[in-house]
Amino acid sequence: MQRFYQEIMSNLENLTQTASQVRRDIVRMVHAVQSGHPGGSLGCTEFMVALYFEIMNHNPDFNMDGEGEDLFFLSNGHISPVFYSVLSRSGYFDKEELGTFRKLDSRLQGHPTTHEGLPGVRVASGSLGQGMSVAIGAALTKKLNNDPGIVFTLHGDGELQEGQIWEAAMFAPNHHVDNLICTIDANGQQIDGSTEEVMPLGDIGAKFEAFGWDVMHIEDGNNMSQVLEGLTEAKTRTGHGKPVLIVMRTSMGSGVDFMEGTHEWHGIAPNDEQLASALEQLEETLGDY
Amino acid sequence: MTEYTNQGSKDTRSGFGAGLLELGQTNPNVVALCADLTGSLKMGDFKDEFPDRFYQVGIAEANMMGIAAGLTIGGKIPYTGTFANFSTGRVYDQIRQSIAYSGKNVKICASHSGLTLGEDGATHQILEDIGLMKMLPGMTVINTCDFNQTKAATIAIAQHEGPVYLRFGRPKVPNFTDPDQTFEIGKAVVLNEGTDVTIIATGHLVWKALEACRELEDRGISAEVINVHTIKPLDEETILASVEKTGCVVTAEEHQQNGGLGESVGGLLVRKKPAPQQFVAVNDSFGESGTPDQLLEKYGLNSESIVAAAEAAIARK
Repeated sequence: MQRFYQEIMSNLENLTQTASQVRRDIVRMVHAVQSGHPGGSLGCTEFMVALYFEIMNHNPDFNMDGEGEDLFFLSNGHISPVFYSVLSRSGYFDKEELGTFRKLDSRLQGHPTTHEGLPGVRVASGSLGQGMSVAIGAALTKKLNNDPGIVFTLHGDGELQEGQIWEAAMFAPNHHVDNLICTIDANGQQIDGSTEEVMPLGDIGAKFEAFGWDVMHIEDGNNMSQVLEGLTEAKTRTGHGKPVLIVMRTSMGSGVDFMEGTHEWHGIAPNDEQLASALEQLEETLGDY
Repeated sequence: MTEYTNQGSKDTRSGFGAGLLELGQTNPNVVALCADLTGSLKMGDFKDEFPDRFYQVGIAEANMMGIAAGLTIGGKIPYTGTFANFSTGRVYDQIRQSIAYSGKNVKICASHSGLTLGEDGATHQILEDIGLMKMLPGMTVINTCDFNQTKAATIAIAQHEGPVYLRFGRPKVPNFTDPDQTFEIGKAVVLNEGTDVTIIATGHLVWKALEACRELEDRGISAEVINVHTIKPLDEETILASVEKTGCVVTAEEHQQNGGLGESVGGLLVRKKPAPQQFVAVNDSFGESGTPDQLLEKYGLNSESIVAAAEAAIARK
């Protein structure tokens, strides 16, 4: 861990600044079209920035097969704003294209898709529960190809209510898919209210552990150093016969005070005043699109 | 009429198994997945010879479709195998989002289609799968007629970049097409040339159409028989050329009339060349238990039904 702190934490300040810009992108994109999903996007900003700017070995000169690279699959596709911002800011496409989000003829569809050829997207998502299966398939191909890359995913906690997740959860340990790191965004919120109200998930980690996963926790997914530490630890656990699952606690809407900790901003756009208030809280570090 | 000889009845699913094994030997990128029906889908030989390229997913078809989509990333060509019902209706959204919309090179291979799976009854007899699959943009839909053609199609679709739905069945049926045929996706096969009526058939009903053609010949009617093994993309040119000659059409399929081959043909005729058409298909009902022959008779899908439909079509000219 000593080496970890020296090498990775030296980048902490940069990553935190990037996260601030990504949050500005999110609220501006959603505000511009008065639609989209800011809450979950803001809550997963540290995770996505850490993945694309530090953890993953990836090539912004995109090709679908991603040979030799680490791959990422966003299973909860509705948090496309954070995905698009991070892809753009890490070089997959020009940041000005963020301004086309959810507009006619855009590659930045409401939910991510390969259909319009947006670099960085490897499968469509939005209909929930499918990303873990797809990631398992991509991880199996890496094994067949003797490709050392790791496959990462992100899922919402509400998404775990989909049955297909548990089909995939059963498959991965039984087939020793140990080049796979799945992360659950445990923000405790979904559209109709808290997960506790809608459909309690119980102990997520214990459930996956019972299925045979190597389970770990990130207690504060909005703390960049904790996220970096957790993802780095997760990488060391790959290659040991089990898929790795991270239960990552986050606060939905994190970084914008009036959006934080509630399901109310799951799929609502801020108005002009709210946008101004949000942007006051978020430093422009890399230049707005 | 052109004579066709039954080289010995076999099940079309065994044609799939044979084709998959041969593909495994010639194409190292071909991988196979099965949802606890390896024996029924005749995937055992592939599994035994290529255990590293075979994935048993258990009774979890949704997961199977997603894994298949993922396997294409990095260049594999996955073949999924389960019954037609569990290959389509059960997993429609997985196919729609992760495979079709995502443009993934997955081959969805479905046995036990139609009524002729027999005694298991309506829960398993999907009669809507052609419709479900052909509505998906970019999906190729194929329904083969015998062992030889199923084997050839299984091999051919590996060369096609994009999602394919390959539909075949359970019972032993006459095996009459060329064992060395080259299967061309989207190219209909004229089995018999005729002048009075065009019979367009797919799957198990192609042989029934040939039987009907013989009976019609005895009645002095010259029928053209076309095997439309590819429902999408439809071979419009071959169909229109035939209807130009005969002026009326019978379509025959082991599927609902709603959404089936007949509707595709009817749509084509309406747009390009209106002509009387009679449908031999299941008329908005579920199936039931019975032997394959009993079911084809009860639901009006046998050669007698095709003969009657041909005479009705001619009468409407």
